This record gives sequence, C-alpha cells and structure tokens, in this order.
Amino acid sequence: MSLLRTRKGRRLAVVLLGLLGLGSATGLALMAFNDTLVFFVTPGDMAESPPPAGRTLRLGGLVENGSVLRDRRDGKPVAKFRVTDGRAAVDVEFAGILPDLFREGQGVVSLGTLRPDGSFLASEVLAKHDETYMPKEVAEALKKSGQWKPETGQAPPAGTWNTLAPRKGGD
Amino acid sequence: MSTSPAISPASGRSLHRFANPGRFLRLSARVLPFLAVPALLLTLGGLAWGLFVAPADYQQGDAMRIIYIHVPAAWLASGGYLGLAICALLSLVWRHPLADLAAVEIGPVGAAFTALCLATGSLWGKPMWGAWWVWDARLTSVLVLFFLYLGHIALVRAFDEPERGYRAGAILALVGVVNLPIIKFSVDWWNTLHQPSTLTVTGAPSMHVDMLWPLLTCILGFSLGFAAVVTARLRAAVMERRIRGLLLAQAQGI
Repeated sequence: MSLLRTRKGRRLAVVLLGLLGLGSATGLALMAFNDTLVFFVTPGDMAESPPPAGRTLRLGGLVENGSVLRDRRDGKPVAKFRVTDGRAAVDVEFAGILPDLFREGQGVVSLGTLRPDGSFLASEVLAKHDETYMPKEVAEALKKSGQWKPETGQAPPAGTWNTLAPRKGGD
Repeated sequence: MSTSPAISPASGRSLHRFANPGRFLRLSARVLPFLAVPALLLTLGGLAWGLFVAPADYQQGDAMRIIYIHVPAAWLASGGYLGLAICALLSLVWRHPLADLAAVEIGPVGAAFTALCLATGSLWGKPMWGAWWVWDARLTSVLVLFFLYLGHIALVRAFDEPERGYRAGAILALVGVVNLPIIKFSVDWWNTLHQPSTLTVTGAPSMHVDMLWPLLTCILGFSLGFAAVVTARLRAAVMERRIRGLLLAQAQGI
C-alpha cells in the first residue's frame, strides 16, 4: 500500500484506525445504554413495559386537550391532567406551580412515580417546547386559515409556511 | 518554493508553506482587519436586529431572543472543537508547527464559547422549561465538550517540554471528536428535553424568516469573531516564541 510507504502515511493510518476503533466502541456503548440515555419515557413505552411500582421516572408527552383540572388543596395549587403520546395516555397529578409554557397540547416532562392505580404522581413538571419559532401574527394566521389545527399541537411543516422573502409589513 | 505537484500523502507539504512563522505573521496581519471589523459590525448589528427589531415568538415571547446568542455560541463550541481536532490531526500526522500553536490558542476561546452556550441555555431553560439544568443527552454531551476543552487547556500546559504537551493534547483532542456527532444527533437519537434542530441541511428552517436573518447574521458575526480572536492570539504566540528565542540567544551571548 502506497499509504504505508511514508512515515506520514503510517501516522495517518494509525490515527484513522484509532478513530475508527474509538468510534465503533463509543457507538456500541451508546447502543447498549440506549434505555438509560433517554430523558423520559412516553405513555406508550410505559404501557409496553410497565415500570416497577414506586420507581422514580420521567414521563413525557403532550398534555391532552380538555384534560387539565386546576384546583387548590391546603392553599397550594394542584393540577390534574392527562399526558398522551397518541398510543396511550396516563393521568398525572401535580401539586405545585406549573411552568409558564404549560398548557393543553404542550409537551411536558414530569418527574414522579407510577401509583398502583396506574396514575402518575409528579413531583416536578417541566415544559418542553418544539423547534418552531414564528411571530404571533403568523401563528394566528396559520390557525385562522386552518393550516394549523390547535388540537394536534404540532405546528405545520416549516416548508408550508416559511418563505425566504421577508414578510410584508402589517400582514 | 518548488512548483512540482505534491504527491499524496505528502500533500501536507503544501500546508507547510504557511508554517513559516514570518510568512504567517505577514499574511495574518493583512487578513486580521478583514476578520475583526466585519465580525464586530455583524455581531453588533445582528444582536440589535434580533433583540430589538425581530418579532417576539408566538409561544415563548421575548425570552426566545436569547437564541441570538445561544445558537451562535453553541455552533462555535462545536465548530471550534472541530478546528481543534483538525489542528491535532495536522500536528500528529504532518507535524505542522503552527498547528500545535493554533490548538493551544483555540482551546480557551472554544471553552469560553461553550461556557457562554451553557450559561445562556441555562438562563433560557429556567423560564421556559422550568429548570436551570437537566441531565438530558444534549445538555450532558455539551457539558462533556466543555470538560474536554478544559482538559485540553490543562494538558498542553502540563509539561516542561512543550512538544510533549502538544502531543498529549492532540491525542486528547482527537479522542474527543467522538463527542461531536453525539452532541449533534443527541436530540434525534434519544428523548431529550432540548428541542431538535431548527436549522437543518435538508429541510426548511422551522423559524420565521424575520427571526432567521438576524440569527444567521449573528452566527456569521460570531464565527468571524472567533476566527479573529484565534488569529490574534496565534500572532501573539508566534511573536512570543520569537522574542523568547531572541532573549535566549542574547543570554547565551551569541
């Protein structure tokens, strides 16, 4: 091989071989730890393989529309809502202050334990937002034109509303 | 200068044209203003555009404006590390003398941008997610990147003989490269609290153009700024080495 004839070539080969080995080792390790690298499980995952009772875990999904009940208990706000991933849904109860972004259709991640009755008692609720950014007027126009159905939560694909021409003033 | 075509893998020879410190100092003196001035103008203009002119986000309001610092910083945290790794490769394989100095100078700048990325991300996370920090795959892998930078900074300065430090640092920099795809794809491979990428190579950006242009301006401005700071530091390092050589020669009475 001509690559190995010079010192530089040999050094390059050693570096590339080392990177290849390191890369495959890392890839295999990450694949082996796949289950523990996820930040949360979805209701669908939980239905497939129920976690042991009393184990603390994070549950992630969208807040189901029309499922939020806000209440007060001993002067503390208590919220009950259902978290869904489209495959399954879990009732969640949380005592405390919800993040500002919390609302129906929004992604949330709750830390807590699964109770024997199948509901989830959360000790912490975090809001998850998507990678879509747009001005309020554009969001309202999309909802008004029916392109974006608020029930589905997700914004329509960017290609359908984003253009590379600057927006005209006042539309 | 020979004009004969370089043969691979000795093609590194052409790179050595820039290894001459005198040539580098002359060339970089001419290039530096063309990096620094646009960097300053684009960064200030892009930030003003993003913070005061661009519309607020429909769901996050004004809090989303931190993206104009967070995303450029995150891009340079990874991009800077890629530069560090390329220097490491040039150093290990082609023994390029300027690559060693460049790696030493990129380290602290990249670490500063990574720290900025982590700090702005934390400031963004608290009002939007409800947490300063979570151990999800994206945040953790960027923290690992920060530690890789710190490790490199410490390692290249840990030896009495600089050459040994350069060698050890280059190996560390190359080993750390495996972290870059992990950072990039962490949001796609695993469930994370961090949202997936807004800007992708293949699809339309899921960000309105009125926000996209100031963001791209900031990214370009930050990148030129990064290049300008590294070039200026590298010039200082080359001159410092020259002066040390001169002083040493003087002390030896030559």
